[in-house]
Amino acid sequence: MEKNKAPADFSGRLWNFFKSVKLTVFVLLTLAATSIIGTVIPQNQDPALYLHKFGEVFYRAMNTLGIFDMYHSWWFVLLLLTLSANILVCSIDRFISTRKIIFNKEPKFNVERFRRLKEKRKFEARQPSEFLMSAFTPFIAKNFRYSKVKQLANGYCIFAEKGRWTRLGVYVVHFGVMLLILGALIGSLFGFDSYVNIAEGESVNHVMLRKTGQMNHLPFEIRCDDFELSLYDTGQPSEYRSTLTILQDGEPIISKDVVVNDPLRHNGVNIFQSSYGVLPPKEITLEFSSPETGTVYTKKLLIGEHFDIPENMGRFVITKLLNSYNFMGHNIGECIAGTLTTADNKVSEIIVPFRFPGFDKMRKSAVSVSIKDFTKIYYTGLLVTRDPGVPVVYASFLITIVGIFIAFFMSHQRLCIIVEKEGSRSQVTVSGMSNRENSRMERKVKKISQWLVKMTQDEPRRKHEIINTRYLELENSLRQTDSVEKG
Amino acid sequence: MNSSFLLSVTTFVYGFSAVLYISSWIFKKRLPGMLATWVLLLGATANAAGIILRWKESYRLGYGHAPLSNMYESLVFFSCSIAFIYLVIERKYKNHVIGAVASLFSFLVLAYASLSPNVSDSIQPLIPALKSNWLIAHVVSCFLGYAGFAIAFGVSILFLFQQKDKGEKRQTAFSIPPSNILDDLTYKMVSFGFFFLSIGIITGAVWANSAWGRYWGWDPKETWSLITWFFYATFLHARLMRRWHGKRIAYLSILGFAAVIFTYLGVNYLPGLHSYG
Repeated sequence: MEKNKAPADFSGRLWNFFKSVKLTVFVLLTLAATSIIGTVIPQNQDPALYLHKFGEVFYRAMNTLGIFDMYHSWWFVLLLLTLSANILVCSIDRFISTRKIIFNKEPKFNVERFRRLKEKRKFEARQPSEFLMSAFTPFIAKNFRYSKVKQLANGYCIFAEKGRWTRLGVYVVHFGVMLLILGALIGSLFGFDSYVNIAEGESVNHVMLRKTGQMNHLPFEIRCDDFELSLYDTGQPSEYRSTLTILQDGEPIISKDVVVNDPLRHNGVNIFQSSYGVLPPKEITLEFSSPETGTVYTKKLLIGEHFDIPENMGRFVITKLLNSYNFMGHNIGECIAGTLTTADNKVSEIIVPFRFPGFDKMRKSAVSVSIKDFTKIYYTGLLVTRDPGVPVVYASFLITIVGIFIAFFMSHQRLCIIVEKEGSRSQVTVSGMSNRENSRMERKVKKISQWLVKMTQDEPRRKHEIINTRYLELENSLRQTDSVEKG
Repeated sequence: MNSSFLLSVTTFVYGFSAVLYISSWIFKKRLPGMLATWVLLLGATANAAGIILRWKESYRLGYGHAPLSNMYESLVFFSCSIAFIYLVIERKYKNHVIGAVASLFSFLVLAYASLSPNVSDSIQPLIPALKSNWLIAHVVSCFLGYAGFAIAFGVSILFLFQQKDKGEKRQTAFSIPPSNILDDLTYKMVSFGFFFLSIGIITGAVWANSAWGRYWGWDPKETWSLITWFFYATFLHARLMRRWHGKRIAYLSILGFAAVIFTYLGVNYLPGLHSYG
């Protein structure tokens, strides 16, 4: 690799700029640091709110920098694009130089490289070197994917390796991340994100785009047949369920109960349960009772409609609906407000809460009003989205995870056993390297050499049987863990 | 016996094992060290039993969900993960000193869960957004990741501590491991954490796509988990590409854990959708 050579031409310098790991570190840390801003300053709120909070000067400055929608601002997108370019160039650059190493069917070994390693295990065997070869090679061949013997001036060496392909792991991760960015791009270019409220029984074919507030026409209609809210006995919501029907040219195509975590998907459009609300009741059934006579009159009333209560008890009109009402410091919830005009033209304002039927009795007057029944109409709040990038993004998720696993938990391991003649005896040197952190390989080398020592310490006559049993034990112990520290 | 009580008792078991680990380290004694391991194993087992018991209790209450749905339950799972991951490390590395920090973490986390007035231990029914098959996969992988980072943080602290105190000559299972082992272990726990954090973010994204209608929405919790991911990605590049070792790696791992803590606890003070911890 020509690492420090500065190319004169511009494209070469650009290439070198984008392949630098310093750039990676800089971009990653800048992304991390700037992302904090958007978690502290709430995003995409009403400009008036920001103006009030930060004052005009700061508001303008921050608005220019896109702080209020920072994750979509030009500079944040630029950072993400720089990261992608960095990943792409780095990966290509490195891949060109490691390609030959990765796809090499006949890997070359350099004995000198292994000789230069600091961590080596040496021991002396009393057997001649040729004798050891027949003992060592089958064992090594069994534990490594590839092995070969090379003759040296004063003996031979056994090379072995496995996991060469795992060097691809890092490219898999980088490919996954770039695919993710591509998927996100597809989504933002060809997708939409909108919401709509539909009252029970009604249907819509327009939805409001979240970003711009514009209406978006759908190629079909969504009808809300029913909305149901279930609560736990603790009062917490348990389920929001909308029964939706998709209509094409007025014809129902599919129906589905949509709950949170179970959206309706139709022709690439997804419909999610998001919120709900109650529409003001149109008709309210009221009960007018007289504590004196014990008579009760029931009447269905619309807002603004009046009712002359029999027995000359007065005229009642619903004036309006209240979302909440404060009674002696307590919120008594939704109420209707009305007026009662008695025969002597005395007008009293009356509050009738939906939740507390006995409330009006507290007035202790000739007639008390309570709500008997009302038609409660819900509307469901739906998110309607289309994101053709999702399959790409999901594929990138899978690829990234697999890549991270390969890159961090698997490695290319190479082993070298040098056996040299020393008269009738042999000098054995075991060393190894991996493309990852070497400590694991060091432990493996230590273990292998310990077992080789044990093999050679057995009586030469009984070599075969002893060595055979040793293989099994050694294999098992290697499989177990690569542990065992000095201690 | 109810699970909250069992888990409160477990807190003291963790505390006791921390005391044993620390004294075996300080006095370089074998007995408390060996005992500490067994006590920690007991604590971790009781912790796991507490989780299972709580799961059963939620069914008895008619809510029926995995105990991974709020701050209390996540803390309980967190302490359990730290303890078990550490026990595996102890078995592999044959060293008891790291246990001093690991058991202390498990103790502090569970103590916070059991004692803090801000953390309610009552079993709550699941709100609609949490009713998903992704709940278990998402929470388990996130907290395995956090536990990995927590141990990396502890090991980094030990590393810095070791740099100052070079008097020890003889290595035993009860003295602080040599710096190259600590350095290596920091890297390993960070890559372990990074793997699970990635899975956690990804399962969360897939879940969000069915619950909230998008796989990514820059919600503070999402953003902070990504900040943490960016940070540890930087750590890994510095390590693997620039060959950073030793102190610099230790400082990075400590800083990274601060991001983890903020992702976990700090985000609750920011407005967002992840309000259940």
